Amino acid sequence: MKYKDYYKIMGVEKNASAEDIKKAYRKLARKYHPDVSKEAGAEEKFKDVAEAYQTLKDPEKRAAYDQLGSYRPGEEIRPPPDWQKQYGDGASGFSFDDLDLSDLFAGLQGGFRRAERERGKVPIPGQDYEVSVHLALEEAYRGTEVNLELAVPEYDANGFVHRVPRKFTARIPKGATDGQRLRVPGKGGKGINGGRDGDLYFNIVLHPHPLYRVSGHDVYLDLPLAPWEAVLGTSVEVPTPGGRVRLKVPPGTHAGQKLRLPKRGLPKPRDAQGDLYAIVQIVVPTVLSERERALYKELADNSTFNPRGHFEQEVKNAS
Amino acid sequence: MRVELTEVHWLDRHYELSLPELAELSGLSEAELRELVDCGAMVPVDPSATPWTFRADSIATARTACRLRADFELDAPGLALVLGLLDRIHDLEAQLRDLNAQLPRRSR
Repeated sequence: MKYKDYYKIMGVEKNASAEDIKKAYRKLARKYHPDVSKEAGAEEKFKDVAEAYQTLKDPEKRAAYDQLGSYRPGEEIRPPPDWQKQYGDGASGFSFDDLDLSDLFAGLQGGFRRAERERGKVPIPGQDYEVSVHLALEEAYRGTEVNLELAVPEYDANGFVHRVPRKFTARIPKGATDGQRLRVPGKGGKGINGGRDGDLYFNIVLHPHPLYRVSGHDVYLDLPLAPWEAVLGTSVEVPTPGGRVRLKVPPGTHAGQKLRLPKRGLPKPRDAQGDLYAIVQIVVPTVLSERERALYKELADNSTFNPRGHFEQEVKNAS
Repeated sequence: MRVELTEVHWLDRHYELSLPELAELSGLSEAELRELVDCGAMVPVDPSATPWTFRADSIATARTACRLRADFELDAPGLALVLGLLDRIHDLEAQLRDLNAQLPRRSR
């Protein structure tokens, strides 16, 4: 069992009052609660804070924690025999090795025995888990399998919670996109005394893609065109998540215009599909051959096109 | 040990849940869920229908409510306020993502 310094995690002194501990908790919860915080690593920090607070806010658990003694964070500890006698209430002789400090104190309610007795009657649902599943866009497009390793709490013969590593292969059907949630029923922690098994929740996160930008199930792609392609129209091959397709660019296409390719975005559940939008960019050559320069010059000399014609008009209208 | 997961549920608008199912899955009581509906923080598919049903993506909202209630000791009106603001942030982020997706990545 590894030691954690709950006072340090909460940022309070060892002799802090219950009120100070509560205040510290509220401040830290406001800062790191994963539902309201955008800070990096907030979820992990809040887990530690919540664990520390669960123990320190309860006078009995706090006293038991204090009597464990002081160690360095992460140091391997065994509760001394008299500690086990006082708080273990006869549950001696079992292994503390793979016990988590938080699980030890979670079970400590009026002595372990009472917790054990109550567990005999009350159905307790298994724990739910939320897992972020990071996918490449191609994986979301095709559907994929992800391997997960979770430490799932299970109860031993003494009624203690132990973290049991469980490996899963989860099949993510095609149709998922960024922010999508999936529920895998019954694959969380085991329920006891007839309580339901916990669920597993997936929160899908898409990796950024070098070519595509995703919004919902729609996919956006920059489509660079040469000036003459935009003016005269053309037909170009563009990549889509499902493979290359030919796209007709109509004559007179301007920069920023969105060319829609229906049903070429990400698949949605129930056989629907998002769209792909090619966003036109006009790209000009920076190095010109003599011939090209001459052609542009000729165009400039002969064209009557005035791209700023509306300036004049708008100024006139305004005055 | 390797366990193959086959049954995965989409949490989206197409799948509906009853009030007791939502209570069981979220960790909130039916009374608390009713209070959240009264405060406007949760919306049944058809508020005038009995019994109520909820879109499956309500699970995410209800679970958030359950966590916030436990971790911040919030009552129903407080929860409704926070959930409403989180919803707005979520919508704004979606709009921002949508606009960003439409911006050219780099001008050459």
